[in-house]
Amino acid sequence: MMGSENPGVEESHLFASREEMENLVLDDPLTTTTATNNNNSYSSFRSANSSISDAATRHPLSPPVLSTPAESDPLLSPPVFRNPNASDNNSYIEPPSYADVIFSPFDDNSANEINRVDSTSHDLDSSLTLSRSSSSTSDYFKITVSNPKKEQETTNSLVPGGNTYYTYLITTRTNIADFGSSEFSVRRRFRDVVTLSDRLAESYRGYFIPPRPDKNVVESQVMQKQEFVEQRRVALEKYLRRLAEHPVIRQSDELKVFLQVEGRLPLSMSTDVASRMLDGAVKLPKQLFGESTAVVAPHEVVQPAKGGRDLLRLFKELRQSVANDWGGSKPPVVEEDKVFLEKKEWIHDLEQQISNASQQAESLVKAQQDMGETMGELGLAFIKLTKFENEEAMYNSQRVRAADMKCLATAAVKASRFYRELNAQTVKHLDTLHEYLGLMLSVHGAFSDRSSALLTVQTLLSELSTLHARAEKLEAASSKIFGGDKSRIHKIEELKETIRVTEDAKNVAIREYERIKENNKCELERLDKERRVDFLNMLKGFVVNQVGYAEKISDVWAKVAEETSGYAKDSC
Amino acid sequence: MFKCEKMEQQRSLSGSSQSPRSPSSQPYLSVSVTDPVKLGNGVQAYISYRVITKTNFPEYQGPEKIVIRRYSDFIWLRDRLFEKYKGIFIPPLPEKSAVEKFRFSAEFIEMRRQALDIFVNRIASHNLLQQSEDLRTFLQADEETMERLRSHDTGIFKKKPADLMQIFKDVQSKVSDVVLGKEKPVEESNPEYEKLKHYVFELENHLAEAQKHAYRLVKRHRELGQSLSDFGKAAKLLGACEGQVLGKAFSDLGAKSEVLSAKLQKEAHQLLMSFEEPLKDYVRAVQSIKHSLMKMLKNYATIGERANAFRQQCELAETMKLKEINLDKLMLTRSDRLKAASEEATRRFETIVRLMNEEIVRFQEQKTQDMGIAFHEFAKGQARLANSVADAWRSLLPKLEACSSA
Repeated sequence: MMGSENPGVEESHLFASREEMENLVLDDPLTTTTATNNNNSYSSFRSANSSISDAATRHPLSPPVLSTPAESDPLLSPPVFRNPNASDNNSYIEPPSYADVIFSPFDDNSANEINRVDSTSHDLDSSLTLSRSSSSTSDYFKITVSNPKKEQETTNSLVPGGNTYYTYLITTRTNIADFGSSEFSVRRRFRDVVTLSDRLAESYRGYFIPPRPDKNVVESQVMQKQEFVEQRRVALEKYLRRLAEHPVIRQSDELKVFLQVEGRLPLSMSTDVASRMLDGAVKLPKQLFGESTAVVAPHEVVQPAKGGRDLLRLFKELRQSVANDWGGSKPPVVEEDKVFLEKKEWIHDLEQQISNASQQAESLVKAQQDMGETMGELGLAFIKLTKFENEEAMYNSQRVRAADMKCLATAAVKASRFYRELNAQTVKHLDTLHEYLGLMLSVHGAFSDRSSALLTVQTLLSELSTLHARAEKLEAASSKIFGGDKSRIHKIEELKETIRVTEDAKNVAIREYERIKENNKCELERLDKERRVDFLNMLKGFVVNQVGYAEKISDVWAKVAEETSGYAKDSC
Repeated sequence: MFKCEKMEQQRSLSGSSQSPRSPSSQPYLSVSVTDPVKLGNGVQAYISYRVITKTNFPEYQGPEKIVIRRYSDFIWLRDRLFEKYKGIFIPPLPEKSAVEKFRFSAEFIEMRRQALDIFVNRIASHNLLQQSEDLRTFLQADEETMERLRSHDTGIFKKKPADLMQIFKDVQSKVSDVVLGKEKPVEESNPEYEKLKHYVFELENHLAEAQKHAYRLVKRHRELGQSLSDFGKAAKLLGACEGQVLGKAFSDLGAKSEVLSAKLQKEAHQLLMSFEEPLKDYVRAVQSIKHSLMKMLKNYATIGERANAFRQQCELAETMKLKEINLDKLMLTRSDRLKAASEEATRRFETIVRLMNEEIVRFQEQKTQDMGIAFHEFAKGQARLANSVADAWRSLLPKLEACSSA
């Protein structure tokens, strides 16, 4: 590695070809070949981040993200999804301290530098990462996705030759008692993840559920298989880790089953697509003609109207929402929570600002990258010049100049490395912005859970008032006939029954709505709290990183300035 | 500062005068090119410079004379010196700018002014060139005379780029012929010349590459500055949205980011002036030397032809000797003349080569100084920038600390 200050070693490295130089420059534990590939494209710095964190996963001694305190409890460290390598390291090997990481390879005056930056960093280390979890500190829940394997579809394959798909090994290590064991694995395919996500969406309405990775159908066709599978693997790991972090969802049965039980995930009734479609198709005509008791059963009320069997319900709710929007008549239950409405608008604004900041962060990362690259190229060019002048030297002035050039070139190459390392860290920190953008999706999901629950309530209320009105009319008509109207009385009885059921459904729906509102509220509070901590950590990490590397770069150039100070004339 | 230091270097190197402030017993000649002013309109607009000469040379109207000159005047001077002083490395001129809209940008004008100042001072401090009459004319003649000379000499001495290319091509083909062994002008080629030629050609390539990266580095500084500014703005907006403690942290970060953006732009400019320009100047100088060498090669090839002819005559004479005495005499006379001419040309060539070698020594030493200064400035600038960056970010840390504990 280009760590030693031994001139012989340095020289041989310095005179390497450009490509070797590139590899040399990148050849430290922080970056591996995967990262090398990503260094050239910064269209999405999250891909760089994922590769880097992935690379780091394979090197236990790789430098962790700055915000990892040296000897703190691993679980006090920032959430796993942002620091996969930190957790990795903490589980088995004490990660090197910030000081060691940043200052190891090149130092001449390690002592000075470490002392100087230590004074800033070590004070911060303890408070650098604020604990996010209010839960017990002994909780440990780590998920890894690895080992993608190609498998053959064995049943019902319509395509001759069979369908192939990939499975991934999902390993969990935990000390949470509920799981029963401390380490276990399953093999899962992406389809299972979609199922998991759908089921969580049903069961945890109102919560900010982390969005699952995209299906990426186009990409799966267009990209190289290896690359795509790897991309998916990384995305899956991130997703599962985020689930594991969510204080409520981590305890869900759905997740437990997913992580522990081998075999296809059982689908709940309401999500069984085939049965849904069938039922719906059968029921619809009856419903439309009003022949069946087109009542929404209470238990169904707990889910938003979906296609298939819920077609009639969908129509009703649609009618209701139109009435809400255009009718001018005040809906029976209004989203009165002004606080909520303001919050919603504010979230929208926040999302825009985060998005903007995330974009600019990407540009910044690219600019830092370019700077490092060009600095390195400049260094290389001067190294070639040095070699040339030394070979062809006829006069001493040439040799002197060659020596000066070499001094400059060495510094430029060093600085170039620092820029690149700085950048790798910057990517990790600023990626927090991007993570929160992803989180906004879950917020939208939770808010729409709320809206649809409200709509259900409104629909039921409206329906109830219609039913009541009809009953009254019937009763009025019936009372006019002496002795009662047998058919009408019968109808009234039926109607009253319908009203009762609908009343029950309404109560369930209201309860559900209230529950979701409560979930929203809690989640918003959690979001605020966690976001503050995460963003502050991000800012600190970013700043500390910049300071550290700026100091290193400054030292490198200060040396050159000193060595060339003979040329400076202060006469002017 | 760069210019100032350079002037000091050159004066001490060439052994001519000290600063103008010293007692006038020592001869001195110092020039400054200042005060660029845009004159004329539209397409014919140009920049004029004030050229101030301070000297106690007897041939000059001393002690101080001020004239107004424009870029084409400098070209005239360069071309005249190029013609008259073979073997001497005439200092290079900054290029004509091709892009119209860039021609009058403040930065370009300043870069050119600096380069012109260096150009004239190098001539003025060169012990041979400073004696040039053309230099005297340039520094002293009134503007009308200068204009007359400039337009008069355009046809004769001014090398149009096309001509230069043609000469190059002629010479290049000659060079390759020689190299490929198609022609063998003389049995021994001049090894010093060959070595020098190889060196200069290679050097130009290496230098050009370094200069290219230096220029890109300037651009990178600007780009980083821009992205820091954009990032700062975005952070401020986000801070405004977040509000409270976190919002303040973002706003502070954004503000620092913008401060650093300005520093980067400043450093980009410094880098351009104190590092990239000297490198470019170096490239130009090497190119200028290349031109001189090419000219010499043309002469040399001619000598070679003559020497070849001479040899052929000798051989012919040998065979003829046996047959015809008269022809023999004729041949001998002709071959004598040829021989004399050839020897004279070879001597002249060798003188030029020797002169050139002295120039080379001087040039190398000068370049070591120039580059040393440029490197020093570069390193200083980078260290300064990095320190600013570290300081700016560091100042945020206590605030961020306070935010967390709040």
